[in-house]
Amino acid sequence: MTAPLARIDGGVNTSVRHDSARGHLTGQALYVDDVPAPAGTLDAALVLSPHAHARIVSIDSSRALAYPGVVAVVTADDIPGKNDIAPIRTDEPALAQGVVLHEGQAVAAVAATSVAAARAAAKLVDVAYEPLPPVLSVEEALAREDYVCPPIAITRGDLDAGFAASAHRLTGEVSCGGQEHFYLEGQVAIATPGDSGDMHVLSSTQHPTEVQRGVAHLLGVPFAAVTSEVRRMGGAFGGKESQATSFAGIAALLAWKTKKPVKLRLPRDDDMRVTGKRHPFLIRWDVGCDPEGKILALDMILASESGHVADQTPAVLTRALCHADNCYWLPNVRLRGYPCRTNTVSNTAFRGFGGPQGMFGIEAVVDMIARTLKIPTDMVRAKNYYGVGQNDVTPYLMRVEDNLIDRVMEELDRAADLKAWRAAVDAFNAKSPVLKKGLATMPVKFGISFNKPTLNQAGALVHVYTDGSVLLSHGGTEMGQGLFIKVAQVVAETFQVDIGHVRLAATSTGKVPNTSPTAASSGSDLNGMAARDAALQIKARMGEVAAEHFGVEPSDIVFKANRVYAGNRSLSFAELAHMSWDKRVSLSAAGFYKTPKIHWDFATNTGRPFFYFTYGAAAAEVAIDTLTGETRVLRAELIEDCGRSLNPAIDLGQIEGAFVQGMGWLTCEELVWDEKGRLRTVGPSTYKIPGSRDVPPVFRARILEDAPNREDTIFHSKAVGEPPLMLAISVWLAIRDAVASLGPKGAVPQLDAPATPERVLMACEAMRAEEPGR
Amino acid sequence: MTTASSAAAPLVAGTLIAEQASAQIATRTHQPVDLKLEVNGRRHRLAIDVRTSLLDALREHLAFTGTKKGCDLGQCGACTVLVGGRRVLSCLTLAVATRGPVTTIEGLTGSDDRLHPMQQAFIDHDAFQCGYCTPGQIMSAIGCVTEGHAESDADIREYMSGNLCRCAAYPNIVDAIKQAKPQMQEG
Repeated sequence: MTAPLARIDGGVNTSVRHDSARGHLTGQALYVDDVPAPAGTLDAALVLSPHAHARIVSIDSSRALAYPGVVAVVTADDIPGKNDIAPIRTDEPALAQGVVLHEGQAVAAVAATSVAAARAAAKLVDVAYEPLPPVLSVEEALAREDYVCPPIAITRGDLDAGFAASAHRLTGEVSCGGQEHFYLEGQVAIATPGDSGDMHVLSSTQHPTEVQRGVAHLLGVPFAAVTSEVRRMGGAFGGKESQATSFAGIAALLAWKTKKPVKLRLPRDDDMRVTGKRHPFLIRWDVGCDPEGKILALDMILASESGHVADQTPAVLTRALCHADNCYWLPNVRLRGYPCRTNTVSNTAFRGFGGPQGMFGIEAVVDMIARTLKIPTDMVRAKNYYGVGQNDVTPYLMRVEDNLIDRVMEELDRAADLKAWRAAVDAFNAKSPVLKKGLATMPVKFGISFNKPTLNQAGALVHVYTDGSVLLSHGGTEMGQGLFIKVAQVVAETFQVDIGHVRLAATSTGKVPNTSPTAASSGSDLNGMAARDAALQIKARMGEVAAEHFGVEPSDIVFKANRVYAGNRSLSFAELAHMSWDKRVSLSAAGFYKTPKIHWDFATNTGRPFFYFTYGAAAAEVAIDTLTGETRVLRAELIEDCGRSLNPAIDLGQIEGAFVQGMGWLTCEELVWDEKGRLRTVGPSTYKIPGSRDVPPVFRARILEDAPNREDTIFHSKAVGEPPLMLAISVWLAIRDAVASLGPKGAVPQLDAPATPERVLMACEAMRAEEPGR
Repeated sequence: MTTASSAAAPLVAGTLIAEQASAQIATRTHQPVDLKLEVNGRRHRLAIDVRTSLLDALREHLAFTGTKKGCDLGQCGACTVLVGGRRVLSCLTLAVATRGPVTTIEGLTGSDDRLHPMQQAFIDHDAFQCGYCTPGQIMSAIGCVTEGHAESDADIREYMSGNLCRCAAYPNIVDAIKQAKPQMQEG
């Protein structure tokens, strides 16, 4: 019998269930807070600044220390190493030193024998402050030219010539709000001291290596003395990329101080006060175009509200600038990014990482051009799309080689019949004076790879045991996105064993070192490749053993469906594993991967930062009540390019989930800070994330078929975590469309995001005022 | 925490008095109370601080960590359990005030390891991503069906609106409930 046609269970391109499905449904899947704590574990609580900006005059811990059950109180002065946990620069203390720069900044931490004691004692730490004036708005920071890192610019072509050739010149301004991650599992860490100064940290983090580095810095120990581990997170969305480090670090500091395990889990309202969010952006533009709406010159500034320190801001801003073109060829362009410093939380990574804000900006520009020129938006877009073989170079000088823009838009039209849809919306509006509908589409081109080339590397560690079972470790982290099952599918496919034989180990810096964060949608691209590399090394060695056993060349050996074949003779995978051990052949390998082709010049902001682009398109229909501003999304049709999807069921979940999350960012999720810089929306009752009723009643997501990645990615799949979030910009554009139906043709709605009922109502009032005779 | 007299006293002193009072109360209420709690068909006897929520009693004292603490403010639904067959937010319920047998996610699976129809439906429809809200969603979904509030998609969306899912697996959750409903009614 030769190798059969049979397929293994759970290979690539199949909708295998999430590896933890049963665990999640039975309550057996353990998150950090569920892990039984070692005996004697102390609980920690934070002392937070009540001021947005103040000098710390003194800290007196004596009353807190006297509280029953309290074991230790630490401040910045107790840190034996370096008080810095910055992911990119070196300006971010774990505990405030001398000055507090935002309301909710951690000033001290308490360890006690119970959570209640720790939290009660935290209120007894007496901190004397001398309040200083805070900067609370991006406009103010922009005017003061106060930045958390140097501004960034991307320029190409001749702006003056472009404007001179333009028939129309338009200026505008729009802003989009921040977004709280609201991962259901809050920030949490357990630090356990080990032998000879070692520290083990269980942390809900997307970036175990950064936790390791942060803890080592704080404790003044070598990185090798710290092990950071995470099995799974209850959601993260970017909010545990850099933000998890301070909590792990403070837990470790208290563990070091008390020589006991310490657990730090934030109450939800503190979690929301302390941690950074999506960057709000203020965007202003000056655009020139020809009579058909073709953009000839664009001068745009993108000012991010970065918070009090740099954190991820340089990278977020770079990605925003690299996506301010979206799908459009901009021959003469200047994009300037200003990382404004404000006395607020340190804004950080959030699904899309600046990409959504950049695209939001250019779509506002395109919408303005289309409305002003009274040309349908999709027609203006078509005039500006990147070409194939011409007009295909981005402002940062990367050639768009895999253009699928027309294809996704055509597929969207085929699925949704946009012309008939538009006619139905217009017919409704003609008869409905108060309720108005809006319809808009949204094309998305999103670059895949970290902008910083260094981060595009990954490691994996694969063991095969003598019973043929496989243990897989890699540097990526599982936060619900299905990374673990996808990488397990890759390993199962490579070894040709059923997925049930592949076990998944928690992510640990002790197994795979020097990892990148699981971010930038790159998890399966990077870790899948690294795991495949490890599996291929072992498979090659096992193949040699099989060849020797059967007396054939290694090239004659075929691994297929749990067996290993040489012509009509075969062994089970497990038999070969045992035989390899018997012959003293290593069944363990470390795999490695670095993304090819990419490069970036930080001095000129040019290069090829992305291995490839992923594409998508959406159409959304909304209804607004023009007397109350209330909005409903009635229907959304999505199409997303996943290359040859590793797991279509997982990818569809990502597409739907990202869209709804994007909808939240642009509609109902509003962060409110008061005049003193205090966040007033510190729970889900005041900060509204989309609920079950907010999902469009008609909601269809599709994966673009027959579209394998032209680049050599893992089984020619494409990344999917972030890109569909930007499809939700269609919802914001549809609301604008509904508002515009109130005014004369040619009027442009003034509507910032989030498009809350209040903002929609104001935009309706402004639009009605444009109607002549009013 | 603020007392009536603190309005007339200097603020700092008032806070100090209130904090001292609270410390004394804390010390006093640390005296545990006896409590009987039936969870998943078994009776448990606990000696706990009278202020302990049902959620903390389950998680911290009985090691039923399947029930999750999402917001601890009664606003996200992650801590939903059934008490006497009705949906209850365990973070807003005092353990001592719990009347009736408690069912948590761990109590749904039969002794033969067979999944409850709602659990199976959540698997069949990929009705979760990160899984953190899932135990609460499932308990709430069971409540939604037994209350007779799963008659239509719109009905389900309305009566499941107290359970937040940040991954937004909502469409699949609705599908799962529709699958499980007739099976639960047969069973």
